[in-house]
Amino acid sequence: MTSPIAGGVDCDLHPAVPHLTSLLPYMNDYWRDQVTTRGMVDLISQSYPTNSPISARPDWRPAQGKPGSSLADMQKQALDPFRVSFGICNPLYGVQMVFSEDMQDAFCRALNDWLVKEWLDKDARLRGSIVIPTQSVEKSVAEIERCAKDKRFVQVLMLVMGDMPLGKRAYWPIYAAAERLGLPIGIHAGSAYHNPPTSVGWGSYHVEDYVAQAQAFQTQMTSLIVEGVFARHPNLKMVMLESGFTWLPSYLWRLHKFWRGVRMETPWVDRAPLEIVRSNIRFSLQPVDAPPDPTTLNRLFDHMQSDELLLFSTDYPHWQFDGEEVLPAGISPDLVRKIMIDNPHATYTRLKQSVQA
Amino acid sequence: MTRHVIAPVDELPPGTRKFLTIDERPIAIFNIKGEFFGLLNRCPHQGAALCEGPLIGLAQSSDPGEIEYTKLGEIIRCPWHGWEFDIRTGQSYCDPKRFRARAYPVNVEPGSSVVKGPYVAETIKVAVESDYVVVDL
Amino acid sequence: MNVQFRAEPAASVSVKTAIADCDIHPARATPSELFPFLAKRWHQHLETYGKHPYQGMMEGPPYPKAQPNASRRDAYPPEGGPQGSSLSFMQKQLLDPYNVALGVLNPLATGQGLRNQDLAGAICAAINDWQIEKWTSKDSRLKGSIVVANEDGLSAAAEIRKRAGDRNFVQVLLLSRNVEPLGQRRYWPIYEAAQEIGLPIGVHAFGFGGNPITASGWPSFYIEEMVGHSQCQQTALASLVLEGVFERYPKLKMVMIEAGFGWAPSLGWRLDKNFDRLRSEVPHLKRRPSEYIRDHIWWTTQPMEDPERRDHLFELIEWIGWDKLLFATDYPHWDFDEPSRVLPAGVSDANKQAFYLDNAKKLYGIS
Repeated sequence: MTSPIAGGVDCDLHPAVPHLTSLLPYMNDYWRDQVTTRGMVDLISQSYPTNSPISARPDWRPAQGKPGSSLADMQKQALDPFRVSFGICNPLYGVQMVFSEDMQDAFCRALNDWLVKEWLDKDARLRGSIVIPTQSVEKSVAEIERCAKDKRFVQVLMLVMGDMPLGKRAYWPIYAAAERLGLPIGIHAGSAYHNPPTSVGWGSYHVEDYVAQAQAFQTQMTSLIVEGVFARHPNLKMVMLESGFTWLPSYLWRLHKFWRGVRMETPWVDRAPLEIVRSNIRFSLQPVDAPPDPTTLNRLFDHMQSDELLLFSTDYPHWQFDGEEVLPAGISPDLVRKIMIDNPHATYTRLKQSVQA
Repeated sequence: MTRHVIAPVDELPPGTRKFLTIDERPIAIFNIKGEFFGLLNRCPHQGAALCEGPLIGLAQSSDPGEIEYTKLGEIIRCPWHGWEFDIRTGQSYCDPKRFRARAYPVNVEPGSSVVKGPYVAETIKVAVESDYVVVDL
Repeated sequence: MNVQFRAEPAASVSVKTAIADCDIHPARATPSELFPFLAKRWHQHLETYGKHPYQGMMEGPPYPKAQPNASRRDAYPPEGGPQGSSLSFMQKQLLDPYNVALGVLNPLATGQGLRNQDLAGAICAAINDWQIEKWTSKDSRLKGSIVVANEDGLSAAAEIRKRAGDRNFVQVLLLSRNVEPLGQRRYWPIYEAAQEIGLPIGVHAFGFGGNPITASGWPSFYIEEMVGHSQCQQTALASLVLEGVFERYPKLKMVMIEAGFGWAPSLGWRLDKNFDRLRSEVPHLKRRPSEYIRDHIWWTTQPMEDPERRDHLFELIEWIGWDKLLFATDYPHWDFDEPSRVLPAGVSDANKQAFYLDNAKKLYGIS
């Protein structure tokens, strides 16, 4: 087993909102009454059914309440055992499924305020991602600007399966705001279910939806790269969260091959896709989706041609690994340090800035 | 290098090209707006007849959505995978360091100094005032 | 000194060793070329209403291609007609110079992906008759694929059974993008019939079923569609595996065509990992996904993965198996893979033989 080292950054933690009503204190009177008078229920995405095995490792599943809803549990089960200096919270509460931009905005504001009060204020290691109301680009930019004043927000969070491919120019004001404020965009597994959750339609099973996240990350990367997001915003970083990464080398070979022949369609892509990934895109470690033989994984690291791509994560409380086997077997101490400390700090430059009390 | 006479200039008006083989090497000669260029007719990628491709301009962009389109008619797209090569230099526009089509220097020679060769025999009836297109190979 | 002018496209280098080409696209020279095989009622119907596919364009594809007809510009037959529409020119440009001993025809732009199922069935049956008349009966190296109305399982199954034992055909053809993922039970009658008559199913990239071609909506560019065939094929295969198609039809074999193969190992690892976690959701599966893939799936090679370092390519193929790849050119499409150029040096003779010919002969039952 490869041992983690102290002082790392866990780049993918999932604090859970106990219920929609937990957000009521953070809503205005109108929305508070809308939620209660219309009998709105909890926003739980099919991407993570509460009782699905993936949603919580058995020893991380509480006797009562949602997995990930207790700070004490997160400290005891993730932050302390892996001795991290920072943990980045990526709330997966189902606000992205909402269709109304006004409602989504109210819920996102409430969620971000809840995260500050219930989590960031209570453990100095914790940092947050700003959840934005993607139904409105304008409101998303406003929410980014509002939350970014608190330096403990270190990222903007979007879903990998949303309404439009993420490279589409309509989204670019979000990226401009994030780049300006030094915030990476975190793109996390999960669907808003506004489109079929695969590129070939609606499958039957939760396992199918979950496996399909990897393919969704692939098409999103294509979109981001060929639309020229990083040509326009060279300092913007994007982090693929809970995406898997063992598919990356063969994916890039294909994209590179077609780019050479159809270059004239997207002439602003003036660097090879692999170079763009190396300079602007990162991947959280879990899930590894490893081959059965550890030597194969080391070969894959060679195929990726960069040791700067992976950022340490536990994906707590999701079940991606057992015990403390969060790091792949047989990787060098140098790579461990890069994954746990150097790469996250190079990506999240806000981490080292002073914290507001 | 040997000089090969190809054709009278007027047989290759602007916008046209001619295919030929010299010493078993397939070559095409282009007239681009009055200037002459030659290329080996074999794409360095997978060996396609590169010179059969269409001529377009060079699309460049410093900002997504904005396209600067220059060198009209000077970029050839391989008829297979569509790789773009600059007719003037053979320079490709993807992986520029790795791939370059072989370009042959082409000169225009005045009719009176035509070198003997099989083509000369074929064009002996042509008016000698014409300028000849000649290839160095 | 030898200066020779030529009027015709240059012939390619001859290949001495025989090869299989498992993805050739024959075309009709004119739309009406199909009419002798199609009932009269459909001639007027097509001229009045068109094909009515699961995408908006009456003519052409929603994402314009990189070359006209998505084909090589040097593949226009001298007698006229679009690329791939002339047998004699196909023989001259592909079959003869490359020593193609087995050419598998995968007709596109047929009755697949259409919203009118009666029309779809009629066109597909006509295309199958046309393949025999124009191609396979005239050149014994060529074998056809049974195209079927993919959204109408019963009609498709009937067409498959009709062709049982017909040596003109070596597989049934489906496309990767349909109304639902391919593992869904509406398609099971097709699998049942294919297994019954003992033919594999080729799943070719493309198709439209009304779904956006990513799980996050419609992308902007043709390159996204082209690269995206990899993702569509992965999700289609995941569906086939997770729905238990190979458990239900244990003799069925499938070929993933024109979507690359580089994605295969990582998809297998991801499927296995999540199956191990979530197997209670899919109790109909008795084996791990990678085992089903190992036993039931082959891949055509085009477009060939092209990493900078050939040792990376060889490792990738080791993880899949040299016995699982079927060489294909995709003639006459523009992203054609030239047989003598696609495989870097350093492959053993045995693996080359398997890659270029023997795997295909074995799978398709050609001696």
